[in-house]
Amino acid sequence: MKTFLTTFSTIAAILISFNVNAAGAGVHLESANTDITDEASLQRGAKSFMNNCSGCHSIELMRYNRIAKDLNIDDADMAKNLMFNAEKTGSTIFSSMPEKGAKEWFGTTPPDLSLTARARGTDWIYTYLKGFYADDTRPYGVNNHVLVNASMPDALWQSKQDKTVQEFNREVRDITNFLDYVAEPVKLIRYEIGAKVLGFLFILFILSYLLKKEYWKDVKYGKWRAKD
Amino acid sequence: MDNNKNWIDQRFPLTKVWNEHLAEYYTPRNFNFWYFFGSLAILVLVIQILTGIFLTMHFKPEAALAFASVEYIMRDVDWGWLIRYIHSTGASAFFVVIYLHMYRGLLYGSYKAPRELIWILGMVLYIALMAEAFMGYVLPWGQMSYWGAKVIINLFGSFPIVGEIILEFILGDYAVGDPVLNRFFSLHVIALPLILVILVFLHIVALHTVGSNNPDGVEIKKNKDANGIPKDGIPFHPYYSVKDIMGVVVFLMIFTSIVFFAPALGGYFLEAPNFVEANPLKTPDHIAPLWYLTPFYSVLRAIPPMFGSQLPGVLAMFAALLILIALPWLDRSKVKSIRYRSWPYKVALSIFVITFIVLGWLGMQAVTPLYSLMAQIFTALYFAFFILMPWFTSIGETKPVPERTTEH
Repeated sequence: MKTFLTTFSTIAAILISFNVNAAGAGVHLESANTDITDEASLQRGAKSFMNNCSGCHSIELMRYNRIAKDLNIDDADMAKNLMFNAEKTGSTIFSSMPEKGAKEWFGTTPPDLSLTARARGTDWIYTYLKGFYADDTRPYGVNNHVLVNASMPDALWQSKQDKTVQEFNREVRDITNFLDYVAEPVKLIRYEIGAKVLGFLFILFILSYLLKKEYWKDVKYGKWRAKD
Repeated sequence: MDNNKNWIDQRFPLTKVWNEHLAEYYTPRNFNFWYFFGSLAILVLVIQILTGIFLTMHFKPEAALAFASVEYIMRDVDWGWLIRYIHSTGASAFFVVIYLHMYRGLLYGSYKAPRELIWILGMVLYIALMAEAFMGYVLPWGQMSYWGAKVIINLFGSFPIVGEIILEFILGDYAVGDPVLNRFFSLHVIALPLILVILVFLHIVALHTVGSNNPDGVEIKKNKDANGIPKDGIPFHPYYSVKDIMGVVVFLMIFTSIVFFAPALGGYFLEAPNFVEANPLKTPDHIAPLWYLTPFYSVLRAIPPMFGSQLPGVLAMFAALLILIALPWLDRSKVKSIRYRSWPYKVALSIFVITFIVLGWLGMQAVTPLYSLMAQIFTALYFAFFILMPWFTSIGETKPVPERTTEH
């Protein structure tokens, strides 16, 4: 036990000192502060994404009906109000932009956003979407603090004009939240299942501990003897 | 019941095997915390094989489809996400368990005579496991899969004359691409798991031939009662089987916490850049293997290229791995357990543990002049532990080893 404690405290001390040193460099990212359990936010995010982003960006690993099911949106509502590029609710979400056109208009194909939240993190998306500023040297008159010389125009510009700062931040946060969900749909359910599994294991632990204790009484009190 | 037993026993040594390896296999009574990890390693192996079977049913080992097929498992396959997270967490858990298992060997001198062969088989297992994990990590075909594969496979190209030939042989092509993915899939799901299972079997056979060491480093077989049963031994079953069940449940609590609450574990178990599909035209800012390979990756990077060749670094990396096999003969100490060892060994082992962790951490970082220097210093310390071992294990005063285990 002593060796075990010494070893672990040493390792813990080393790891803690690493974390202090490991503070990241680069652009400061604002905290997205999203909440995947906030269904209303995810629904608003889905709407905002379909209206502002899906024209150019696909989320081709995601299906319309999966979103409808997970976010409690009626399938018919989904088809009527949020499906602009597909006929069937079971299809994956492609953008309506032809690849050739994209190359001509933006110099690049807009990336698929299915996993962006996992690859870049929600803070990155949140800060990026808010990070556009006027810059006449760029083709669309805007540049970005987070992704310098981004080829994307400020798709949320209209929103930024029409809304208060608070409302705008909320919209960006909703889109970020939605993309976080899109990157890992099971995030909605895995915490809850995990809690149940841990509860089960905890009970199992008590039982296994009592079982061990019962058997080891023999060893402890010298009752165990070899068979003749 | 007895009749059935006879029927089988006449045809297969069922009762004999059961008794020899479980019910009448005598194990030291003084096992502590460190002795859970052997059985846990077997548990993780079983978990990996079972989840692997189901992943193989849905995975597409083809460069154009692999990445999307993993996400298909995550989204469209019923419970596919859980199976995949168990498998990805299992890979890291395997190494956590194995590193603790190996450290136990260092603490109590379990590799010393007569257990050299157990240690060697264990080391071969460890190397096979590294190959298995590396090839598994290539399969999801993300950016880190691709570029990590490229870096590691290119190491083989650094051998003079034959390097190019070996490289082509491994790649089946001139660059990392579909053939590599396809053959790594084959090796990952068939060849290496078979080797692992066979080696585990041999590891256990060798262990059961000489019997387990223990925290006191006392040979329990030297003290037997009238029936020829070690006085400090208890039958593995039921005593250690019920104790290991408890260990399994605790392990599963930690394991499932990661699976359900933090499957990527902040980038340590699933790296963020691996959520971007492999792109041969876009080199990531910084390529790092997963944490369990990074100590050796650090050694590789610590040695500068000589005569325009990476070979010295590659050789140092392989040497760092293979030198572990020599441990039973490098250790000259009369006693096994850290409890009775002289202070120089205790100091050296502490430095070695710190060295291994620091090398592991450095292997995850982008190279800077300071980190390079640190990697060189710690690489020197790593090798010093083995090279100086015959010396520091033979100096200093050891404590007298008791006749019997301390708890009896």
